[in-house]
Amino acid sequence: MSVLVNKNTKVLVQGFTGKNGTFHSEQAIAYGTQVVGGVTPGKGGSTHLNLPVFNTMKEAVRETQADASVIYVPAPFVLDSIVEAVDAGIKLIVTITEGVPTLDMLKAKRYIEQTGGVRLIGPNCPGIITPGECKIGIMPGHIHQPGKIGIVSRSGTLTYEAVAQTTAAGLGQSTCIGIGGDPIPGTSHIDALELFQNDPQTEAIIMIGEIGGTAEEEAAEYAKAHVTKPIVGYIAGVTAPKGKRMGHAGAIISGGKGTAEEKFAAFEKAGIRYTRSPAELGSTMVALLKEKGML
Amino acid sequence: MNLHEYQAKELLAKYGLPVQQGILATNGEEAAAAFDQMGGKFAVIKAQVHAGGRGKAGGVKVVKSREEAATVANGLIGKNLITYQTDANGQPVNSVLVCEDMYPVQRELYLGAVVDRSSRRVTFMASTEGGVEIEEVAHNTPEKILKVTVDPLVGLLPFQARDVAFALGLEGKQINEFVKLMTGAYQAFVENDFALFEINPLAVRGDGSLACVDAKIGIDSNALYRLPAVAALRDKSQENERELKASEFDLNYVALEGNIGCMVNGAGLAMATMDIIKLKGGQPANFLDVGGGATKERVIEAFKLILADPSVKGVLINIFGGIVRCDMIAEAIIAAVKEVNVTVPVVVRLEGNNAELGAKLLDESGLQLISAQGLNDAAEKIVAQLAAV
Repeated sequence: MSVLVNKNTKVLVQGFTGKNGTFHSEQAIAYGTQVVGGVTPGKGGSTHLNLPVFNTMKEAVRETQADASVIYVPAPFVLDSIVEAVDAGIKLIVTITEGVPTLDMLKAKRYIEQTGGVRLIGPNCPGIITPGECKIGIMPGHIHQPGKIGIVSRSGTLTYEAVAQTTAAGLGQSTCIGIGGDPIPGTSHIDALELFQNDPQTEAIIMIGEIGGTAEEEAAEYAKAHVTKPIVGYIAGVTAPKGKRMGHAGAIISGGKGTAEEKFAAFEKAGIRYTRSPAELGSTMVALLKEKGML
Repeated sequence: MNLHEYQAKELLAKYGLPVQQGILATNGEEAAAAFDQMGGKFAVIKAQVHAGGRGKAGGVKVVKSREEAATVANGLIGKNLITYQTDANGQPVNSVLVCEDMYPVQRELYLGAVVDRSSRRVTFMASTEGGVEIEEVAHNTPEKILKVTVDPLVGLLPFQARDVAFALGLEGKQINEFVKLMTGAYQAFVENDFALFEINPLAVRGDGSLACVDAKIGIDSNALYRLPAVAALRDKSQENERELKASEFDLNYVALEGNIGCMVNGAGLAMATMDIIKLKGGQPANFLDVGGGATKERVIEAFKLILADPSVKGVLINIFGGIVRCDMIAEAIIAAVKEVNVTVPVVVRLEGNNAELGAKLLDESGLQLISAQGLNDAAEKIVAQLAAV
């Protein structure tokens, strides 16, 4: 088991023949992901990376029976691509693209809520990976190892940090979900916690957040009520100044709200183990699992 | 991207919002002429800067004559205004808005809107407690803030605006006036990709009519590609020089007050790197995300930015290579250090493909490059380097 993706997941690539689509599809295929084709309007009927290219998502889904798609199209076209994927019947849409206008995401989320049964991950994220089975996105496959830790994070490279540390500790990962650094993410920390709680392979969870918004506080409350598996939390941005956007569109302390300290306090209140050092994600997890007699 | 008050008012007026009249002046003479044109006994002169708290900082003044208007304008323009929202240097005042005097007013209300992250909706906030910091109202008397959530499918509907109008105690003709104002604001919000919108205060004038006395608008930078007219309103003089330079090279840079420069790939890891420097007893000088492709050109520009800060006494480079090979990144760093002529110690932590080869290249470069293994080691080494200086 794992969450959302596994070796049977069939993936279509939206923006397949572009530079990013090409490079990361090659990597995904090399990792063993079942990439079944892609969509580039106007290039339908041709092949790319030995796979079929389609003009529309409807056609692509009909021909390949894909269940997931990954979006690499430029930001102005992301809303269009998401809705096209939903209408074509795709159930898991992973949006890697950075720089999508917030109001576009508002509409995309609204559309998905109304449709029901569709999960969107991203935008502005590294994607999702079930080690050894399926890699959808831009993360380096080789640092991962099949195992028991579910990782959810707003930051790409910090996810890699957590992955490398849990791999080094011999714990491995069940699935890693990069939910992205935008203010309106398709999948939230809470969604990921729920998925991991219900997944038999996941024994414990690393939850990585950062300044901005209150998603981590909400997730902490949720975890207290609904998650029985051990969690290690980390928040980036203790040293971030107020009112400045720290790279990610969503990483900003506005109106004095969304500080790292508030989020650590929420972890504390919910009884979630946390570390203030990004170098100790793996070791904190090992210690916690030993305490619980799980290691 | 933030707008000036005068830009925000011009934009809102296009959507039918009643705004306090004003004329922009860039010198005393223009301010005097504007005073005459306003035709009132008094006028209000407001410094145009991207910061709140102008009133308390002396950036808003009532004047009684054209001469006084000129003197006050001359006193503000060309100087920096320091408010509790700016840094110690303040923000440069390049113009003032000479506004009609409309006080005393009957009441001061508040109307604002943001994209609420929890509900994933545009959310309006209204309050009878205008004219003060809304964060204070939210903190002390949260019951005095009304919230209205807008479904993007149907937009803000008149009944929602009416609800607010009644709750604010408006009556008679004011109800329709307010509905027009609030629905106009929503229209402006969605057509211009606002990230933040605030009218504070929204005045009920002596004659009972409404007027936006101050207006604050922030625009979603991700949407500027489709808003050419709004993008043209950007005032670069209000932005930090190094942050501005960084944005030209698509680098994310935020200046801090420490002495350890940071160059990191990924925003989250960049923050985490600052945090671990602090944990190890050092002080980060900046946030800098070089992005995924840490190429020679980007690393060169990043070095130039970091070293343009005179307080930087050492640099920590933290790259999680991911798909890009670490030996290639090491070569880029070596080339950049040579080209920029970096003289402060540089600690480099490379993780990912070919990390050992990358570290070897750095150690054998003959430059002041110190390779580190892991985050802890990197932070400890750069802090130790600075302590040794």
